[in-house]
Amino acid sequence: MELEKIKKKMRSGPVLFSEYKLGEGVKKALQLGRENILFELKDSGLKGRGGAGFPTATKWMLSGASLSDKKFIVCNADEGEPGTFKDRVLLLEYPELVFEGMIIGGYTIGAKEGILYLRGEYEYILKSLEDFLEMLRKDKLLGNNILGNENFSFNITIRLGSGAYVCGEETALIESLEGYRGEPRNRPPYPVNTGYLGHPTVVNNVETLASVPHIILKGGEWFKKHGTDKSTGSKLFSVSGDCDKPGVYELPWGTSIAELLKVVEAKNTKAVQVGGASGICLPKSQFNRVLGYEDAATGGSIIVFNESRNMLKVLKNFMEFFVEESCGQCTPCRIGNIKLLEAIEKIENNDFTFSYINNLKELGRTMQLASKCGLGQSSPNSFISILENFKDEIFGLNGKGKNNG
Amino acid sequence: MLVLEKNALSEEIESLVNQFGKERSALLQILQAIQRKHKHISDFAQQEVARMMEIHPVEVNSVVSFYSFLCTQPKGRNIVRLCQTISCDMAGKEKVEETVQRELGIKFGQTTKDKRITLEFTNCLGMCDQGPAMLVNEKVYTKLDPETAINILNEIK
Ligand SMILES: Cc1cc2nc3c(=O)[nH]c(=O)nc-3n(C[C@H](O)[C@H](O)[C@H](O)COP(=O)(O)O)c2cc1C
Ligand code: SF4
Ligand code: FES
Repeated sequence: MELEKIKKKMRSGPVLFSEYKLGEGVKKALQLGRENILFELKDSGLKGRGGAGFPTATKWMLSGASLSDKKFIVCNADEGEPGTFKDRVLLLEYPELVFEGMIIGGYTIGAKEGILYLRGEYEYILKSLEDFLEMLRKDKLLGNNILGNENFSFNITIRLGSGAYVCGEETALIESLEGYRGEPRNRPPYPVNTGYLGHPTVVNNVETLASVPHIILKGGEWFKKHGTDKSTGSKLFSVSGDCDKPGVYELPWGTSIAELLKVVEAKNTKAVQVGGASGICLPKSQFNRVLGYEDAATGGSIIVFNESRNMLKVLKNFMEFFVEESCGQCTPCRIGNIKLLEAIEKIENNDFTFSYINNLKELGRTMQLASKCGLGQSSPNSFISILENFKDEIFGLNGKGKNNG
Repeated sequence: MLVLEKNALSEEIESLVNQFGKERSALLQILQAIQRKHKHISDFAQQEVARMMEIHPVEVNSVVSFYSFLCTQPKGRNIVRLCQTISCDMAGKEKVEETVQRELGIKFGQTTKDKRITLEFTNCLGMCDQGPAMLVNEKVYTKLDPETAINILNEIK
């Protein structure tokens, strides 16, 4: 089968990278019917893998309950968080899981159309995805009367982004699909009620959707055997930075940072950035913390820094990212990120006072509260956590001097 | 622009509008198609898109100006985008950057005189486990070092 050619690596893992045969998820879903699908999904405890962690069953129920002649399932493949690349692996090596998740979603909420929003940077994946869709159509897993079911037709189209991180935010993504600037909307209304072209729309991350066929096939009970009470199942971690074995790993939620560092063979680790540029930076003393919604939450980006790295430089790289990617719509984020970047430059030049730095941390907390979308709400995270957790290094309080990297 | 060129561009945009539709939701796809072929979306192209889709030209411009992969000024035939985000930075992006600039005799943000290459930075490409990474048009190259980067750039036409 063509699929085998696309698969580049033999991967293994408890859920997503476990064995799966094309079409089985959709087949089982059509046998189960909507109610039972929602039951299994709820039972599994699956939460969104795109960062926010909203329960998937609830999202599907809400949009299923919305009355409308048109509904949409949107797969968010905008993967732009620095240090994240697991969706790329799923799209290249496990497209059957992603697309079947969308088809099952369409069946469950009563949507006939699915859209996969692929970041422009991933245009090189487009062809293989289009080919895969064609194969699904031939196999009657996509198109009219799926697997002979007269009441279920579903189609999927792929749309490209054009280089804007903020378009990963679900309402900005919808704006972009509608042909506008990718500026996040106020919520509510939520996309489950008023989404693409005003119709009820489920927006799910690639990994969330890819989990669905496995859950449908093997049951919610099986899924929640992995992970912890609050974070069921497994997670794909994209690991990069200072380690011998960077890459994508499927591990159960509840794995500690220290355990993960062992798996990827990281040595002399000083710090770990959990959750990408929007996440938090943990020092050695916190490597016992566990990955999960209840402790160190993450969309899967793990960046490892060894003793040789200059954490102020790391922070500067993150803040430059946010200054560039802010959509500029609201003041706390548009101006705030520039102020935080200025502060980093002042620290670099040894031209600051501690009361000024404290004011800026306060500004960061204001941004977390007052920004319109998750970008500005989370961009101060690394500023605050790096300046607090690495203050000795950065402000030269331990006598080593501040430019020891 | 010559009248003939203008006519050709108008025809091309017309066929794109026919292909993708006149609804607003087709706008980004149409602009992407123009960008892909012409490496920029000129004022005239924007006006034509606006006219055919029956929206104000400023609407078109507001979309073009938002997305970093769309631009209004002509660029080189090939756009090279080097990832500037942290994992690639730690993997040696700076050395690649310096060598490439020296070899081509231009800085990032500039285009070679022969219009062969435009150099740009971009943010995380989702290849962080294989950095430094760069895009040449839509193709991705990973695990670069100064030598491989130069070889890749020398091969593009
Ligand atoms: C700035 C910003 C960027 C985001 N980027 C992505 C992304 O690339 N992929 C993604 O799935 N979710 C992203 N999200 C989260 C989405 O808004 C949304 O919560 C998610 O797609 C819902 O899917 P899930 O419930 O399956 O996680 C982003 C959010 C923000 C604020
Ligand atoms: S927080 Fe930033 S990205 Fe989000 S709407 Fe405001 S300016 Fe735009
Ligand atoms: S940091 Fe360069 S590809 Fe992610």
